[in-house]
Amino acid sequence: MDMIAGRGNMAEQNTDKAAKVDTLSDRRVRVSTRDVCVFYGEKQALYDVSIDVPDRAVTSFIGPSGCGKSTFLRCINRMNDTIEGARVTGKIDLDGDDVYDPSLDVVELRSRIGMVFQKPNPFPKSVYENIAYGPKIHGLANSKSDLDEIVVSSLRKAGLFEEVKDRLHEPGTGLSGGQQQRLCIARAIAVGPEVILMDEPCSALDPIATAVIEELIDELRENFTIVIVTHSMQQAARVSQKTAFFHLGKLIEEGPTEQIFTNPVHKQTQDYIMGRIG
Amino acid sequence: MTDINMQQTGSEASRKRLEIIRASLSRRHRAEAIFKGLGIAAIVLALALVGTLFWQVFSKGTPSLFQSTLHLDITFDPEVVEVGPAPEAGSGLSPAEYEEAYLDWRRALALVNWNELIANAIRDVSGTEIDGGDVRALVDNNAGLVLRSRFQDNPDLLGQTVPMDLLVSANGDNWLKGTIDRDLPDERQQLSADTRNLLDELRADDVITMDFAWHLFTNVDSRTAPASAGLAGAFMGSLYMMLIVIVLAVPIGVASAIYLEEFAPQNRITDLIEVNINNLAAVPSIVFGLLGAAVFINYFHLPISAPLVGGLVLTLMTLPTIIIATRAALKAVSPSLRQAALGLGASKTQMVFQHVLPVTFPSILTATIIGVAQALGETAPLLLIGMNAFVASVPASPLDQATALPVQVYLWQGNENRNFFEARTSAAIIVLLGLMLVLNAIAIFLRTRLERRG
Repeated sequence: MDMIAGRGNMAEQNTDKAAKVDTLSDRRVRVSTRDVCVFYGEKQALYDVSIDVPDRAVTSFIGPSGCGKSTFLRCINRMNDTIEGARVTGKIDLDGDDVYDPSLDVVELRSRIGMVFQKPNPFPKSVYENIAYGPKIHGLANSKSDLDEIVVSSLRKAGLFEEVKDRLHEPGTGLSGGQQQRLCIARAIAVGPEVILMDEPCSALDPIATAVIEELIDELRENFTIVIVTHSMQQAARVSQKTAFFHLGKLIEEGPTEQIFTNPVHKQTQDYIMGRIG
Repeated sequence: MTDINMQQTGSEASRKRLEIIRASLSRRHRAEAIFKGLGIAAIVLALALVGTLFWQVFSKGTPSLFQSTLHLDITFDPEVVEVGPAPEAGSGLSPAEYEEAYLDWRRALALVNWNELIANAIRDVSGTEIDGGDVRALVDNNAGLVLRSRFQDNPDLLGQTVPMDLLVSANGDNWLKGTIDRDLPDERQQLSADTRNLLDELRADDVITMDFAWHLFTNVDSRTAPASAGLAGAFMGSLYMMLIVIVLAVPIGVASAIYLEEFAPQNRITDLIEVNINNLAAVPSIVFGLLGAAVFINYFHLPISAPLVGGLVLTLMTLPTIIIATRAALKAVSPSLRQAALGLGASKTQMVFQHVLPVTFPSILTATIIGVAQALGETAPLLLIGMNAFVASVPASPLDQATALPVQVYLWQGNENRNFFEARTSAAIIVLLGLMLVLNAIAIFLRTRLERRG
């Protein structure tokens, strides 16, 4: 019962949002994938996933554990390259550039697609160094003052500046879990990516820290295209405009969030949202 | 009613379950207590053994840090030191003539009976008349050399009286320290009864005192004058070898480990290399000595007994340890740190050198220290490349002949004057342990500093 009531509320919220952001279909497609399959050795983990990620909106991937949503997310910035025996087929485009084109430098790709991981993973360096690292390696700052500016503005965008301004030179690992995750978001922002991938960014956080991050994600979509993997349906409903439901390595259904949550086409989607599977 | 019955049976069942759990609990607690007891016993045993070892080494070694020293007023009597004045450079002599005159003068010095000066000084202090043979039994064999070089450095001493410290002979030191049984009959004593009495007398009069044996650290090994034998040569030999091991094994080992762990493709060849490295770590060290003798000495014609060869052999021996430990440290770095770097667009090299390596630095340092300490204590391979040769000079470079501290321990352990060299051996072990402690202290200092910074 609660579930259904909650769903009703969410639907209302989302209608509000939809009115604000107009229809997603009008938006430019930032990342488009066609027939993406992933194999780990002999085992196929993902089957023919085709989806478009709209510009300056939050797209969420939901589904039960092991459904392939994280695997798919990691295809977009080629983090799967680092896994021994992983093989990706199909086509993924970022603004029309083939992500898997052999002539495309993966380092350049990752400067265009930032990533935030499940567990906050700041470098064991100072807060400042954490954020300055990306701009430094990509040569984005010409001077110390440039770098200072990037650090401060990234921290501001991640809503962390006020909390850490007095301890910029203390280790980033000394912050609380939620602060660490926002530090990781600030670190990703500092490089100026077009797309930010978030792999269950709140799963290691308490509800209050989660709420802060969700609010932040909502703000960030003004400037960034965000793809978020989450196992929390409420979170998907709260932060995303587009939702894709994965099950057993297949993309079952995708569409505007309010449609997925109020009027899913497939029975599996409905079962998952109702809490019958997963 | 049925509800109550069910509850009762339910509570009965749960009580039974509880009893079973309690029974198993006491069993588990017993197992825990036994394990804990065994652990404590193991630690106590280990501590006792280490304690015994240290007590043995220190109780035996400490006495040899203090050695019987004769304090005599030596008169450079012109009747005994029958040499002309030392030739002076520039006093109307050509350089060649001066050179020759100086050599003549030194030859004359070598013929002087310096022991007579010592005999005179002892007569003055004790009233006992002794001959050259007694002097040789009483003072260390190089006492005459000490006097000669003192005079050679300062010819103005002729006719003067100066206080000098001379080492008592090894046998004399044994007698005074009691490391030889004082109750043994005359025919089994190393020293004559007269000499023994004289020693006791001089000791009672404080002419002989137990002074700190600085020469142990500044002199080289000596066979003719065992009392003045020191560790300086072996210490320097070990130091050179350690430097070579650190300079060669650490960069090569760490670089190989990084390449194998982070960059090398996983295939047959790298598997083979990995198996071989693991096997090399288990190869007896003496085999590395054979390899060194065959390759470095026979093939590359590097000098025999040189710390350079020793250092190279020990480097080969240490490499597997450092590679294996570094690889383990790299493997232990959490994948999330790697992902963080890669996700930001760091290249693989940047990830390894800017993030992974700094985190593993403390472990690598520990591995290095363990490897180097192991190399420092290694004896067997050095025997095969001639570093057990008797070397009576401090090596000035890694290419000079030298020996090493553990080899010195081995050599002294085998010396025929057991009574004297048993303590010496322990003293050498103390120095070896001290060197290792210093090394470890440096490593711990560096590690805590790096960890704090990280």
